[in-house]
Amino acid sequence: MRIGVFVCHCGSNIAATVDCPSVAQAAKLFPDVVFASDTMYACSEPGQDAIIQAIKEHRLDGVVVASCSPRMHEPTFRRALERAGLNRYMLEMANIREHVSWIGKNKELNTVKATELVRIAAAKLRLNTPLYANQFDVTKRVLVIGGGVAGIQAALDCADAGIQVIMVERDTSIGGKMAKLDKTFPTVDCSSCILGPKMVDVAQHPNITLYAASEVEEISGYVGNFDVKVRRRATYVNWDACTGCGLCMEKCPSKKSYDAFNEGVAPTAAIGISFPQAIPKKASINAEFCMKLQKGKCGVCAKICPTKCIDFEQQDTIVSEKVGAIVAATGYDLFDWTVYNQYGGGRYPDVVTSLQYERMMNASGPTAGHIKRPSDGKEPKRVVFIQCVGSRDKAVDRPYCSGFCCMYTAKQAVLTKDHIPDSDSYVFYMDIRSPGKGYDEFTRRAQEQYGVQYVRGRVSMIYPKGDVLVVRGADTLAGTQVEVEADLVVLAVGIESSKGAPHLAEKLRISYDHYGFFMEAHPKLKPVETNTAGVYLAGCCQGPKDIPTSVGQGSAAAAKVLTLFAKDKLESDPQISRVNQNRCVGCLKCTMTCPFGAVKDVKDRAGNTKAEVVETVCQGCGICTVTCPHGAIQLQHFTDNQILAEVNALCQPEMEF
Amino acid sequence: MSQRIGYYPGCSGAGTSMEYDASTRAVCARLGLALQEVPDWSCCGSTPAHTVDHVLSAALSARNLELAAEAGLETVTTPCPSCLANLRVAGHKMEKEGFRNQVKALLETECASLATVKSTLQVLLEDVGPEAVKAKVVRPLSKLRVACYYGCIMNRPPEVMQFDDPEHPMSMDTLLEACGAEVLPFPLKVECCGAAAGMPRKDIVTELSGRLLDVAAGMGVDAIVTACPLCQMNLDLRQGQVNSARGTSHAIPVFYFTQLMGLAMGLSSSEMGISKLAVDPKPCLEQAGVL
Repeated sequence: MRIGVFVCHCGSNIAATVDCPSVAQAAKLFPDVVFASDTMYACSEPGQDAIIQAIKEHRLDGVVVASCSPRMHEPTFRRALERAGLNRYMLEMANIREHVSWIGKNKELNTVKATELVRIAAAKLRLNTPLYANQFDVTKRVLVIGGGVAGIQAALDCADAGIQVIMVERDTSIGGKMAKLDKTFPTVDCSSCILGPKMVDVAQHPNITLYAASEVEEISGYVGNFDVKVRRRATYVNWDACTGCGLCMEKCPSKKSYDAFNEGVAPTAAIGISFPQAIPKKASINAEFCMKLQKGKCGVCAKICPTKCIDFEQQDTIVSEKVGAIVAATGYDLFDWTVYNQYGGGRYPDVVTSLQYERMMNASGPTAGHIKRPSDGKEPKRVVFIQCVGSRDKAVDRPYCSGFCCMYTAKQAVLTKDHIPDSDSYVFYMDIRSPGKGYDEFTRRAQEQYGVQYVRGRVSMIYPKGDVLVVRGADTLAGTQVEVEADLVVLAVGIESSKGAPHLAEKLRISYDHYGFFMEAHPKLKPVETNTAGVYLAGCCQGPKDIPTSVGQGSAAAAKVLTLFAKDKLESDPQISRVNQNRCVGCLKCTMTCPFGAVKDVKDRAGNTKAEVVETVCQGCGICTVTCPHGAIQLQHFTDNQILAEVNALCQPEMEF
Repeated sequence: MSQRIGYYPGCSGAGTSMEYDASTRAVCARLGLALQEVPDWSCCGSTPAHTVDHVLSAALSARNLELAAEAGLETVTTPCPSCLANLRVAGHKMEKEGFRNQVKALLETECASLATVKSTLQVLLEDVGPEAVKAKVVRPLSKLRVACYYGCIMNRPPEVMQFDDPEHPMSMDTLLEACGAEVLPFPLKVECCGAAAGMPRKDIVTELSGRLLDVAAGMGVDAIVTACPLCQMNLDLRQGQVNSARGTSHAIPVFYFTQLMGLAMGLSSSEMGISKLAVDPKPCLEQAGVL
């Protein structure tokens, strides 16, 4: 074999702490190495051209690139090899950036370690063989998990492109958090007026199948061919027959049900449609508060329903769907602010959350758009907004900035003045973070045109005094303590990951961070992809975002799905396990250890039991290869012999430094 | 239940708040807690020591904790939150090897074993429990509307005190409710009363304590219940000063929680040192039927 070695400087990233020319010099002495050089940027066009040139000039059979992590540029260099006529698997990378130059400052030791890494890469490469990918069909249907604005956008974009879309929504209606908002910043246009038509489009689109009140139960398969099981929760109403007339919710005698859509501002009936613009507009029963389901008495709704669609015996059902790609758009939840005992911990009725306030201002909300104090129903004249509640606060394990609270607080302060012209608003803030288009102008307008008093400082405590609330904080610009008496306090609560998000991530086999947000494949260059092929992200499931960004990401995820579906066949990764049938004794230990169920048992012609790998299911993890007592099952590109060659290269007895 | 537990009265217990000390001992005895005073205990350093020298301050407390351990007392309880803070902070700081060595050098002892410290409030809630308290009540404090005031250091800092909620503690509320009192939700239960600023800056104390009295009065309480000698003094003894400084006319009796518990358990008002209070508590106690 004729091997070529290319040592990359990565500008000063590697060269500052590794002597690259001497690594290349040393590499020339390794077995089978016929060419070695160092280069400023191996990934650049001249860098790649130099590799191609050397392959042709020196008739190379394989290439070692000593540079950055293979996660970054392995595909780049593989393509370069292919352009030079080599098989893409005749490439080995030595990571001398993340594993050497970025973590050590001693240039001498770094150079030794870099040389070692090149040595083992070359030793492994000597045993590499060309691998060839198989092709398989793609199911051109997409699953969108979550029916908020990001999911809706992704679904509509895919459906408009002619792709079949399955949308699964946990709530009884799509619309997500945006549907609960009164107005949106910075244009102050009606939220449901811009979202509503899109929701209707979802319902009426011939390419979209909507499963509301449903959750993803199980996901198996791989990119292009996922098998999904969806649990359709019992709503105790036959949705095929329900016309959404709403008669049941008028007559229901139980009026104490928690109104999730209205954030619990006022109770609602045990049966009903969550809000007037709900999609699908179907009734469902909250079993916890239904007297018939709890005590077996009542059943008024069943008696008066004109289409006889109430079904108290209804059970959950499971539907199976085949899809080729998945978009996760599961959104966010609000931080549970009741851990802030200094703000009353939920004990003071006139301390409300921003989303509750949003419902109070909404014309279709429980107060018909009139701002009223929950305690006595009076119109508040002094409203205090407190920002960063459960955001940028290490004490409650939420050190990150929720991003959009500065803007929605400014919006709510402006709207307060519109609703109650003789009111005064105060905003306690830490910094104003308003970097979007027209955003900073908006917060300025709130201060200058609407006279909202902005006080820079955290609030230390809220306490009731008579029928007002005293808000005590610091004005860090004036360097004094301030106390403001308020009729109503609105907490700008931060966001956290959606409940159950880590659980879903495990089903999707994607990563999530400490806070439960899903991890993108690369924070800058792959913001909507995940490390699992065929699974994409949109909206706040990945991190806090405002509406424009969520919509943009929804469209981006759709574009990724369409790119995937633009091919009729996908190539499988050939770096998978294979069984040497002659060596296999049929003990089937490998089938027991495989976490993906990719190894099955077959009978050979003589009727002996043998193991066989299902190519499309194998993920190439290699657990089976260490289990096999005979070394009969081998992971292609990472065979036992290749790994032993690496170890031998590293542990040469005659090596001296 | 008979449990031997170390008792550290602190300097105020031996002086300005003798009624707290006496009522604590009596209530614990009634509840079957055998208190054993730490032999030859000395001052914990109080407010001045830790502002001058952390090592010296910790050494004062460590000496007491070591004496307790030598007397076979695993746990020491103190009614005073200031003593509690000093004793606990000393234990907390001495978990660090370097700091511990400095204290050892100062004390010329090994500090091999130190007793753990709990407030009397914590011991009564956790080791005795509200059910056992309820069982001993013979004269329930019914009709008595009280506000429980914990002060700023009883539960803070949380990583050192490790008891109850630092912003919204409920231990005293629970105990007083077990004694039959109606406990109103006092929103300023962990606010500062002005503490030792009473000597150099009386205006601060009258302002901060005045605010506490205003809010409590606004809630319509019959009495304020405290767990700290300094808080009790600022609210009770200085109530006249507060009134004249702020033009108010409050006359709210301020009890130690152990005093009210003792009365509910049938102990006499002289045992509880009721006469030591500055604002006349008689009308309120007569109305409650415990006098």
